[in-house]
Amino acid sequence: MSPGLVESTRDPATADFDVTLPAGEGWTHEIGPGDLFRIVDLEGNQAVDTLFFNSRDLDERYSATETIRGQGNIYLTTGTRLMSSEGRPLLTIVADTCGRHDTLGGACSAESNQVRYALEKKYMHNCRDSFLLALARAGRGMTKRDLPSNINFFMNVPVTPAGALTFEDGVSGPGRYVEMRAETQVLVLISNCPQLNNPCNGYDPTPVRLLVWRAG
Amino acid sequence: MRPEPVTKAEVSLRGGQAWSGRLRRNQRLRLVDVEGRACVSALFYNAADPLERYNMADTLKGQFTAFLTAGRVLYSDMGRVLASIVADDCGWHDTISGLGDAASNAARFGAGSYQTLRNEWHRNARDNLLVALGKHGLGKRDVVANVNFFVRVGVDEAGGLGWVAGNSHPGAAVEVRFEMDALVVLSNTPHPLDPAPAYGPPPVELVITDGPPAAADDACRLSRPENGRGFALTAAYLKEIGEVTA
Repeated sequence: MSPGLVESTRDPATADFDVTLPAGEGWTHEIGPGDLFRIVDLEGNQAVDTLFFNSRDLDERYSATETIRGQGNIYLTTGTRLMSSEGRPLLTIVADTCGRHDTLGGACSAESNQVRYALEKKYMHNCRDSFLLALARAGRGMTKRDLPSNINFFMNVPVTPAGALTFEDGVSGPGRYVEMRAETQVLVLISNCPQLNNPCNGYDPTPVRLLVWRAG
Repeated sequence: MRPEPVTKAEVSLRGGQAWSGRLRRNQRLRLVDVEGRACVSALFYNAADPLERYNMADTLKGQFTAFLTAGRVLYSDMGRVLASIVADDCGWHDTISGLGDAASNAARFGAGSYQTLRNEWHRNARDNLLVALGKHGLGKRDVVANVNFFVRVGVDEAGGLGWVAGNSHPGAAVEVRFEMDALVVLSNTPHPLDPAPAYGPPPVELVITDGPPAAADDACRLSRPENGRGFALTAAYLKEIGEVTA
């Protein structure tokens, strides 16, 4: 293990929930206070676009700006409290074998792909479409209005002191994972990123494994 | 439904004050930091469809930057240019460090209730923006990562955030040109990382003017190939909704 990386002691065989989410798919799931939630980057270099909501008051949701200002750092890793729009922790990262995760890069969309790459890229699959379909299927009245800036687990978006921001090749690798503890009742929304236009998925989007250990 | 036109106007914002307004396409909003220590927290929406709104991530990644200044544009989440920064005396405006709130004020300045202080009470950005948004039927779900005009929060090699003093100066101005009719909400309130020991947001002047559309050789349009595509998508949208016939 490199310095700064923290492993979990939990065995995936003991998880209460265990699913593999293919690239390009969305997913919602509810977890409770004290539950542990692990995302495993099975093949490496896979961006996992993620949002969290207080499932008892969906207006309270993950805030990228509250999270980075709360910890005084733009990168997420072990110890990071994932803060809500109301300034409360929704979850805390308790283990991380990748080292850092992004929360400035947002989710790809059909429209931003047109801006970033070419006008004819609009047909390409993207995270926002996966988010919207997953929210529609969840049946809780959530829409695009409920998509603030998200987390990109395993994604590497370095910022320089001069203020340059780039999408770089991932710092993750096969089997690396991030594990977090829910601090309240949380609705998890994930898009397993299908982006093919930049190195965030190593130009080859791959599945991730999602595990939950229930508290108590 | 077309928004109500905003007449050319000059507005003085006292410290602690919020503001909202509808700006027409090609109008310009100039913000002046009279004393050189202001923080104006801002959010932007398409006036015709506020579900389309300023998107911090798309603004940053589309322009390979972590901050805003002249020559850069504010992207909506729909791949369109909401507004362009056409002039800037500061060189850096923050969009990654978020809003002050009641808790951040209380932690730094102690209680600052209306009951005690009357209209000198300690207002904060989040509550101010909720009030401003509420006047347009919007609310918590519409609060996303915002712009903090006149503020620089630096990022070091390890990703650490740091307040950068002296980013602005007395009389410094930033001017924004709107590329579609927009709803703007502003709060003139302390940034939560500003080390100033006492609550005392300074005055800010707003100047709204009419102006010409972005020319073919406009600096914001040409500053990146991405922005050329963003302007093209905006023009196509304005044509689609009948705003522009050419």
